[in-house]
Amino acid sequence: MALERLFRRRRAQGEARDIPELWVKCPKCDAQIYKKNLESNLHICPKCAHHLRMPANKRIEMLADAGSFEQTTGLKPTDPLGFVDTEPYLKRLERYQKEAGRPDAIVGGRCTIGGVESMLLVMDYAFAGGSMGSVVGEEITRGVELAAQENRALVIVSVSGGARMQEAALSLMQMAKTTLALDRLWAKRLPYVSILTDPTTGGVTASFAAIADVILAEPGALIGFAGPRVIKQTIRQDLPEGFQRSEFLLKHGMVDQVVDRRKLKATVTTILRLLHPRTVNHAE
Amino acid sequence: MRRRQPQQGVPMPLEFEKPIEELEAKIAELEGFAASSGVDLSGELQVLRERLAQLKTETFEKLSRWERVQLARTPGRPTTLDVIAGIMTEFVELYGDRTYGEDPAVVGGLARFEGTSVVVVGHQKGRDTKENIRRNFAMPHPEGYRKAMRLMDLADRFGRPFISFIDTPGAYPGISAEERGQAWAIAQSIQRMARLRVPAIAIILGEGGSGGALAIGVGNRVLILENAWYSVISPESCAAILWRDAREAAKAAEALKLSAPDLLSLGVVDQIIPEPSGGAHRDPATAIANIKQALAVNLEDLLKLGPEELFEDRYRRFRGLGQYQS
Repeated sequence: MALERLFRRRRAQGEARDIPELWVKCPKCDAQIYKKNLESNLHICPKCAHHLRMPANKRIEMLADAGSFEQTTGLKPTDPLGFVDTEPYLKRLERYQKEAGRPDAIVGGRCTIGGVESMLLVMDYAFAGGSMGSVVGEEITRGVELAAQENRALVIVSVSGGARMQEAALSLMQMAKTTLALDRLWAKRLPYVSILTDPTTGGVTASFAAIADVILAEPGALIGFAGPRVIKQTIRQDLPEGFQRSEFLLKHGMVDQVVDRRKLKATVTTILRLLHPRTVNHAE
Repeated sequence: MRRRQPQQGVPMPLEFEKPIEELEAKIAELEGFAASSGVDLSGELQVLRERLAQLKTETFEKLSRWERVQLARTPGRPTTLDVIAGIMTEFVELYGDRTYGEDPAVVGGLARFEGTSVVVVGHQKGRDTKENIRRNFAMPHPEGYRKAMRLMDLADRFGRPFISFIDTPGAYPGISAEERGQAWAIAQSIQRMARLRVPAIAIILGEGGSGGALAIGVGNRVLILENAWYSVISPESCAAILWRDAREAAKAAEALKLSAPDLLSLGVVDQIIPEPSGGAHRDPATAIANIKQALAVNLEDLLKLGPEELFEDRYRRFRGLGQYQS
């Protein structure tokens, strides 16, 4: 669980907040990008096409048909263990909620995607590095159950440092719960497309994100079980170039396609239309 | 008590065991002297034995979560193969994942338990350093989980109960494991086990390290030994991230609420299997007998359910886990 990196980055962002951020530096090619240009370009660097992290709301805008999204998520987290590290979990939650503008690290709801009735769930990295605790697990599970009940296709966009430490064993159990829920969907032959974005690691990769009918990854995304820092510490060697990136996973047979964000909606639409039972006879 | 082999990272004896072991040594020495010299020391010995009993009670009845974690890792604790040998007969070990290779960190096969033919799988720690290296300290690669899934197929096909023993620091975090889809193997194993139409019982023997443990932990019943732990992350790794110092592991162990009583109250486990005073390594035979008894009772219950009932029972068990507000 490479959460340390996330916390460090968060702190850096917090300090810089006083200065209006008009420009963003591309982490890949160092180009200075005017923020508005970046946003209008789906958060892809106009110079080198590096895919920067995309806010959850923008994801929904990009994937759901205009005006079709109807939010179903909204559960709030609790502190089941009374977890205190250098700061109480409840304090952290308050801060994350303020920063992300939502109760936990997920948002989702009913929508159509290319006309196909769907359930879309999007994780939010801005909230505790997209970590999965009870709320994320329950929202995913409810989303899957709703899709099964209403004959909807399921699309989940993952971005996560893994299971949330502050809910310990209960976070771990969300891996089982979400995975079990997917059986309900499969029993009705409804398609599930999992989209892996930068980064997707730990307990999210090792549960619902990895067992979809079709798994797509955005270019250059870090995807894996263990975080690179943990692996480096374990084997005491440098990691090969491109290790755990989307293209590496494609080469090793773990994802179906690496898809440019600008083509993501079209690709998802085609897959859903080909697989969803209700569209079998009247596809374009 | 069995002779313990030194192992990396595990002080021996454990810090809180030292006064006990010193006193035990002193008693043994006096007993030896009394026997060889013929001097009657029974009065002195009696006093020392009483003090020992009192010291043990004081030490073992108020173990911290971190001390329990250390007990869970201590050499001499029964491993999966020890338990299989102790409670089952006709064990036929089956090797390999039929895809890539054989992972010695996961063992499994066919066996008979109290007259019932079962399929059994478990993480396997080494009983000495050499074996631990061979078994990668019970940290499986994807092929370990694929072996487990193959055995789950076998259990379903022949309608045999599936028994798993959990004892791993975690799935192996390495290049080879990532290349071969560690996350995929774990997710698939969770799903495969959830789909079993036969009774599934998981028993946490020592360490329940995160997803690597859960991959074979989707039982209708999940039982845990008294001093075993089960968590989303090890105390050391948690401390390294949240406290930025792995030496704060004791604090992390407390915060993670990873002990058997914690897990029982959270509903993560269904039953605690008692260990002999001071931990399973002090009297493995008693620990193994307790495991046998708990397994027998739970298996008998589950054998009353039909295939679909077992599947739904498992679904319900995990569906209810988690705490949130609407």
